[in-house]
Amino acid sequence: MSSRFKDQEHLIRMGVLLLAGIIVFFVLRGVMVPRDFGEYGHYRGGALEDNRARPAVYAGRKACEECHEEVVAARKGGRHAAVGCEACHGPLAKHASDPAAAKPGRPDAKTICLVCHLENVARPAKFPQVNPLDHGEGKACSDCHKPHQPKIS
Amino acid sequence: METALPGVQGFLYPNEIELQWSVLIVLYPFITGLVAGAFILASLERVFNVQAVKPTYRLALLTALAFLLVAPLPLQLHLGHPERSLEMYLTPHTSSAMAMFGFIYLWYLMAVLLLEIWLDYRKEIVLRAQSTPGMLGWIYKLMTLGSYNISPQSLEIDDKVGKFITVVGIPSAFLLHGYVGFIFGSIKANPWWSTPMMPIVFLFSAIVSGIAAVLLVYMLISFIQGRKTDMACLDTTARYLLYAFLIDFGLEMLDLIHRIYEADESFKTLDFMVHTQLYTSQVLLQIIFGTIVPIGLLALVQLISLSEAARKGIYVISGLLTLVGIFAMRWNVVIGGQLFSKSFLGYTTYKMEFATREGLLPTIILMLLPFAILWALVKLLPPWQDEAGHSHSS
Repeated sequence: MSSRFKDQEHLIRMGVLLLAGIIVFFVLRGVMVPRDFGEYGHYRGGALEDNRARPAVYAGRKACEECHEEVVAARKGGRHAAVGCEACHGPLAKHASDPAAAKPGRPDAKTICLVCHLENVARPAKFPQVNPLDHGEGKACSDCHKPHQPKIS
Repeated sequence: METALPGVQGFLYPNEIELQWSVLIVLYPFITGLVAGAFILASLERVFNVQAVKPTYRLALLTALAFLLVAPLPLQLHLGHPERSLEMYLTPHTSSAMAMFGFIYLWYLMAVLLLEIWLDYRKEIVLRAQSTPGMLGWIYKLMTLGSYNISPQSLEIDDKVGKFITVVGIPSAFLLHGYVGFIFGSIKANPWWSTPMMPIVFLFSAIVSGIAAVLLVYMLISFIQGRKTDMACLDTTARYLLYAFLIDFGLEMLDLIHRIYEADESFKTLDFMVHTQLYTSQVLLQIIFGTIVPIGLLALVQLISLSEAARKGIYVISGLLTLVGIFAMRWNVVIGGQLFSKSFLGYTTYKMEFATREGLLPTIILMLLPFAILWALVKLLPPWQDEAGHSHSS
């Protein structure tokens, strides 16, 4: 019996090593996996609260329209009437809560327009698209098109 | 409408213009295929007792290990944040085939390959632990796990356990590579991939590439070490390569004929792609030079009697062509599946970069890395023994 054990000893050692590896894995798992993981789904439950706690950076169109009536009037009936203010001007929650503290910069009309209007086969054919290399002579789009009422009349 | 984007024809959805899966994702199934194939070749000798391929047994195991160690690297390089890969184990996501791969990989590495190699080499490890001085000696000592018993009874037990592990290892190797095909085959939105044939085709192409790789590595190492190649072994291995290739080719043709006959709504688009953008990689490299030519050459050896040197030359050429063909097959699956629009109305182009994270340079480095690992493994655990019964280490 004892010689048989001796002949299998190395296998037992390997078995113990593998077992130790598995135990280390479970210990690591216990230490590293957050307690609230899987509370609602395959993610950390606390992540929802963390996200909720993050400050909102967008104010929303209504907040802009409360003060900027002249822009509301300028946009009325235009092709850009449905575009949200912050789509071009960027997130402005800080400015909405304290207009003097955070003044928004003017968008760069050479690049911001191309985000939507750069020629691309994936866009609907009727959607206005330009190739800046052969349209506009290198000038800013806003030189000819008013961003709030872009159609040149 | 004229296109402003070079390399794009017709209509594509915005997220289809740029390919998400690069050449690294081509490399990944290629490497895992070599692992599975090399292991299955090793199993032939062990389980089915094919004595003729015995000289390649250990080499096939070491080749499988060298490639297996590199297999996750293309994925990690592609995804970025390699430290996050540990999450796959810590918080396993059982409904994701990709996430469960971590466990298949770990099982195959730890429970199959390392254990089988350790059991097979244990006698040499113990002898070397007792005779090798210095740092290397300590590595061998560590590998003995403190047990120096190499009595005939203990080695007999090792042999039995090793055989059992090989038997478990064959379905594990099938799982390892069948899974890769499963990932592609289960993407129902992509008609180029979505077929239940995919895991089987991947598996047999894996066997083909693994056998070809071991055949070439065996000839290369024999050449470098000035050792005479065992022609019976080469002939038998090449014969298995031919058989595996015939099954693989048969399955791929079955898939092709089925697609042509079924001719569903995607067929015209895919057919156009095969005749244009994929013509070189699919028709020329994969089917003609990577499959028909090596099958023809290997069949020629079976039909007419050739000299040893001629046979060796044929094995080298057909082995290399096979690897090119299987790589082209992975390329056509991975890249080809992303070149056409799901609207079936447009095509994009894959532009491979060079010295970027997913470029050609890291791909070449990752392809060479397993050979460096294999070189170190062959030094550490020489696969062949000389006449005196001691392992040959030079």
